[in-house]
Amino acid sequence: MHDVAIVGVGIHPFGRFGPKSAIEMGAQAVRAACADAGISWSDVQFAFGGSNEVDNPDAVISLLGLTGIPFMDVYNGCATAGTALELTADAIRYGKYELGVAVGMDKHLPGAFTADPEYYSAPSWYGEAGQFLTTKFFGIKINRYMHDHGISHATLAKVVNKSLRNGVLNPNAFRRKPLDEATILGARMLNYPLTQYMFCSPDEGAAAVVLCRADIAHRYTSNPIYLRATALRTRRYGAYEVHSSWAAVEEDVAPTVYASRAAYEAAGIGPQDVDVIQLQDTDAGAEIIHMAENGFCADGEQEKLLAEGATEIGGRLPVNTDGGLIANGEPIGASGLRQIHELVRQLRGQAGDRQVPGNPRVGYAQLYGAPGTAAVSILTT
Amino acid sequence: MTKVAFAPDVFTWPAEEPQLIGSRCSVCQAVTFPRKPSCPRCGNPDMAERLLPRRGTLVAWTIQGFLPKAPYAGGETEETFRPYGVGLVQLGDEVRVETRLTEADPEKLRFGMELELVVVPFRTDADGTEVVIHAFAPTES
Ligand SMILES: [Zn+2]
Repeated sequence: MHDVAIVGVGIHPFGRFGPKSAIEMGAQAVRAACADAGISWSDVQFAFGGSNEVDNPDAVISLLGLTGIPFMDVYNGCATAGTALELTADAIRYGKYELGVAVGMDKHLPGAFTADPEYYSAPSWYGEAGQFLTTKFFGIKINRYMHDHGISHATLAKVVNKSLRNGVLNPNAFRRKPLDEATILGARMLNYPLTQYMFCSPDEGAAAVVLCRADIAHRYTSNPIYLRATALRTRRYGAYEVHSSWAAVEEDVAPTVYASRAAYEAAGIGPQDVDVIQLQDTDAGAEIIHMAENGFCADGEQEKLLAEGATEIGGRLPVNTDGGLIANGEPIGASGLRQIHELVRQLRGQAGDRQVPGNPRVGYAQLYGAPGTAAVSILTT
Repeated sequence: MTKVAFAPDVFTWPAEEPQLIGSRCSVCQAVTFPRKPSCPRCGNPDMAERLLPRRGTLVAWTIQGFLPKAPYAGGETEETFRPYGVGLVQLGDEVRVETRLTEADPEKLRFGMELELVVVPFRTDADGTEVVIHAFAPTES
């Protein structure tokens, strides 16, 4: 199996862009990634495109050039971008191609996502009863976690406060205005214990990466970033997940834990080696829980870590240095490639005002979403 | 006036002591709610109907603080909406169900508290039909 390198990253800012289509944003991200790699679109041998709202992300080729390459469309919930990345990497790992692009794009309406519960294997009445809400699941999960592990409401507010401050430093972010902890805690309670400012919003944006076989990476860049591992996992029996009308009495851990372990093992890297972290922060509680699920601390240790500022850009465990989903919002198809874009900038030392000090060498990205799917990627210099 | 269940096959109705309708796997004994066509643990397609215990304990909970979008069918408007509790309730040692709670005050909900199944008003349709839904209510201590 071949090693895989990332030689180009590109992003279309996240936010709201009026009539501009997701396809146009996707094309802009691909152009930026190709320019970053110093290649032209005609050099790209294949691509995977991820989106929730766009049925055929491969429509971007009509804006980039109809070169006839294989372009595969994927959708895998909030793990869509992680899936596009893994499939692109796999096609190179197994020797089918040398160079390809993973791109994600989306354009969501404001407000919480909605759909038919039956598509998530939930009963049709689940929505009628008022339970088909991702926000409700996140409220239930963090409420129990806070009770079991002694996490305070103030710590939830610290997560949001930090992410928005990081967003201020990120010109591509959606939310770039800081909020103090009292305002965050005092905002409208959407799903106890989570207030309005503790959730990310669906929005618009795109991101793309150029991957190639590691042994030819020097043709494109003097500082390739290596994709050491990608892992996808679905929920196991016993995990209580988004859109579940029931759960088994015997509890199992969330799919993130399995994806994380598999990625660490494949990369031969442990959580203690990681210098920059990107976690799925659909809500402030998810960032707290995911710190432990990905092995960065013990359950409950977050209370102390956040009080000490450990997750700040200059801290021991920098988390969501670009503002994460809370500051960037979540265009589902693009979100995980935004994480990769940020990690590559950080590992190259190109993150500007939000650069993690000390020449970070290992980056980690995690995605989680309905109906219980997780993706983890590990990158190194 | 007849009170109509908000959806069929969710709980026994009409009934003095309604029960949630689940299923149990004939091979591995896994219990689900609602009834499932095959077993989520072992894949066995032979699931028998099982009426679930009416009492349980509160494992986890939140308060739904905003009016859900469609397909929510509670019939409220932004003006009439009242937050409702949603919890994960463990029924005996059989299964945990995610369900509405009759209590919506965080001060009055405790992890591990005892709860019992009740059937409560959900909405009233234009023709006057009273539609009811299942929920779990704290039992007297
Ligand atoms: Zn079974």
